[in-house]
Amino acid sequence: MTTLLDKLWAAQEIVKSADGRSLLWVDRHLVHEGSHHAFAKLAARGARVAEPRLTFGVVDHYAPTRGPAASPAIARMIDTLEQNAAQHRVPCFGLNDPRQGIVHVVGPEQGLTLPGLLVTCGDSHTSTHGAFGALAFGIGATDVAHVLATQTIWQSKPKSMRLTVTGALGPGVGAKDIALAWIAKLGTGGAQGHAVEYAGEAVRALSMEGRMTLCNLSIEGGARFGMVAPDETTFSYIEGRPYAPKGAGFDEAVAYWRTLNSDTDAAFDRDVTIEAAEIAPIVTWGTSPEDALPVTATIPNPSQASEADADRITATIDYMGLTPGKALTEVEIDQVFIGSCTNARIEDLRAAAAVLAGRRAKVPGLVSPGSRQVKAQAEAEGLDRIFAQAGLEWVGSGCSMCVAMNGDSVAPGKRCASTTNRNFRGRQGRGARTHLMSPAMVAAAAVTGRLTDVRPMLKGRDAA
Amino acid sequence: MTAWSQHKGKAIALTLENIDTDQLIPARFMSTPRAEGYGDFLLHDMRKTSDGAPIPDFPINRHPEASILVAGRNFGSGSSREAAVYALVDFGIRAVIAPSFGDIFAANAVNNGLLPARVTDEDAARLLARLGAGPVELSLDIETRTLSLDNQTMPFSLSAPWAEKLINGWDDIDLTEHHRPAISAYRARRAETQPWVFPAEDTAG
Ligand code: SF4
Repeated sequence: MTTLLDKLWAAQEIVKSADGRSLLWVDRHLVHEGSHHAFAKLAARGARVAEPRLTFGVVDHYAPTRGPAASPAIARMIDTLEQNAAQHRVPCFGLNDPRQGIVHVVGPEQGLTLPGLLVTCGDSHTSTHGAFGALAFGIGATDVAHVLATQTIWQSKPKSMRLTVTGALGPGVGAKDIALAWIAKLGTGGAQGHAVEYAGEAVRALSMEGRMTLCNLSIEGGARFGMVAPDETTFSYIEGRPYAPKGAGFDEAVAYWRTLNSDTDAAFDRDVTIEAAEIAPIVTWGTSPEDALPVTATIPNPSQASEADADRITATIDYMGLTPGKALTEVEIDQVFIGSCTNARIEDLRAAAAVLAGRRAKVPGLVSPGSRQVKAQAEAEGLDRIFAQAGLEWVGSGCSMCVAMNGDSVAPGKRCASTTNRNFRGRQGRGARTHLMSPAMVAAAAVTGRLTDVRPMLKGRDAA
Repeated sequence: MTAWSQHKGKAIALTLENIDTDQLIPARFMSTPRAEGYGDFLLHDMRKTSDGAPIPDFPINRHPEASILVAGRNFGSGSSREAAVYALVDFGIRAVIAPSFGDIFAANAVNNGLLPARVTDEDAARLLARLGAGPVELSLDIETRTLSLDNQTMPFSLSAPWAEKLINGWDDIDLTEHHRPAISAYRARRAETQPWVFPAEDTAG
């Protein structure tokens, strides 16, 4: 009768307060440059990090992807993290560490993220780690300080929601398309207050990389976090990773992990089903992730929308510089970006390279691997040369153009096809116009210089 | 943070949905130490031109004395950046009234004494219409979860723990210290029964 959420929650609960909040034990706390407010709060109390062994620092948000830091302020952010970590004896994957990368890529890659753990980080996309069957959510600076000081967090248990994706995805369609499809269907507030458990054949068939993409985007649908019950795919991903349990400890862990799933008769507060075969490659046209449509569609026409929606659509189309009613595939782009914790893992780079191999990009673009290890692996596979031969720039790892904090940004009025997670106004730079899509779709857009359906371009190719 | 349960102030309307945290404070300002104040960054790119000149008819430029914002659904969606709340608080905002909020934003708000007051879609629409180009004087009472204007009252929702935190100005760390023994016992049990949950000691060097 219990859900995965119930099991995970019960395992972390230390006490429950009279008003219904739970004090939960945190197994992994990941910090990055943005955690400076929290370290300052800790210092103001004269407190120490309670569990330095369970806390890990990663340089990502401000990491330069080419050459030195873009400004003294940016360099200071990186130094501050490295100093705070050193002062509190927290291991830190700093700028010069071969394990450096985006926090949500590095955690799983290093075997820090495991099923049945609670992972927190001062970053909303912490939901990514739920792909392992972990409780993982983003928190703000006050709560980061709380976790640093106590290794615990107060939370109200979210409601449960199951999102089942039945059947099999078509060729050229992946986890990013599932995510954008459900957010378009339910809206950005669609899962508000809920923890989403992803289920169904199409989810089971996803690799860990795909599951991470799916859980990563949970937050864009308003969910508190996302989860996938662990299975053989999960266990084989984890085995042998640096911080993962080894030997007998691993076997013991796997035996426990096998119990982490929702009972067949478990009831969810909300149950939603979507059919995989109905999902086409998706692009966003507007400034909210719910503004997503199959690439074969046309740009919405405010005159055909309800009165309530018309103003917002008009304002969005105006910001995005689009023409109502025009085919999405006629929209010309200025540049591309392949990167971020959503889509810069090895599988994402392979998918983009499969489209780009032997082709030239019509527009410039950056490819920023999710971590230094992903970078090394991609180079070993020759993917860097495919990107370079296509005319794209192969750069270092970090959040880069996903959030435009390190100096990499999209210029005002420019249009970027991007593998990231947020198309908010100004997210990639003031006045930037962002279209979200999968790595394969970004690669296709690079080749044609327009938003493009990747499917015909995959004919006769091994779509990795 | 300062404890409060009642507030009377000028409310203004931001008739937009999905005001996300990237709009509340663009990322480029987030390396600023808090002591320098974040108020000037609030909704920066919406209320200032690219040369930094204020856009005169943007609501909070017209009425910088406002302490209450009324907005459309999904206010504060997006990133976990608490800086979005700092920008509101440092500008002088005490409460945001909207039909829904980003979950992390709302938690951050309460941690900083900013009230995220949820109202129904209908009440939000009614308030926005009444405010128009505002401002209108509005009172809020956290104890009774009501807001009032023009001698009318309207309910808002806020969970019990959040109401208590705002009213008492509680800091969670102090609260948690009372549970030290339970935390230590939990940790010991976890280390005993599931030792593998603690990461292998630094492996790669
Ligand atoms: S890549 Fe983007 S979404 Fe991911 S952690 Fe970095 S800034 Fe956040």
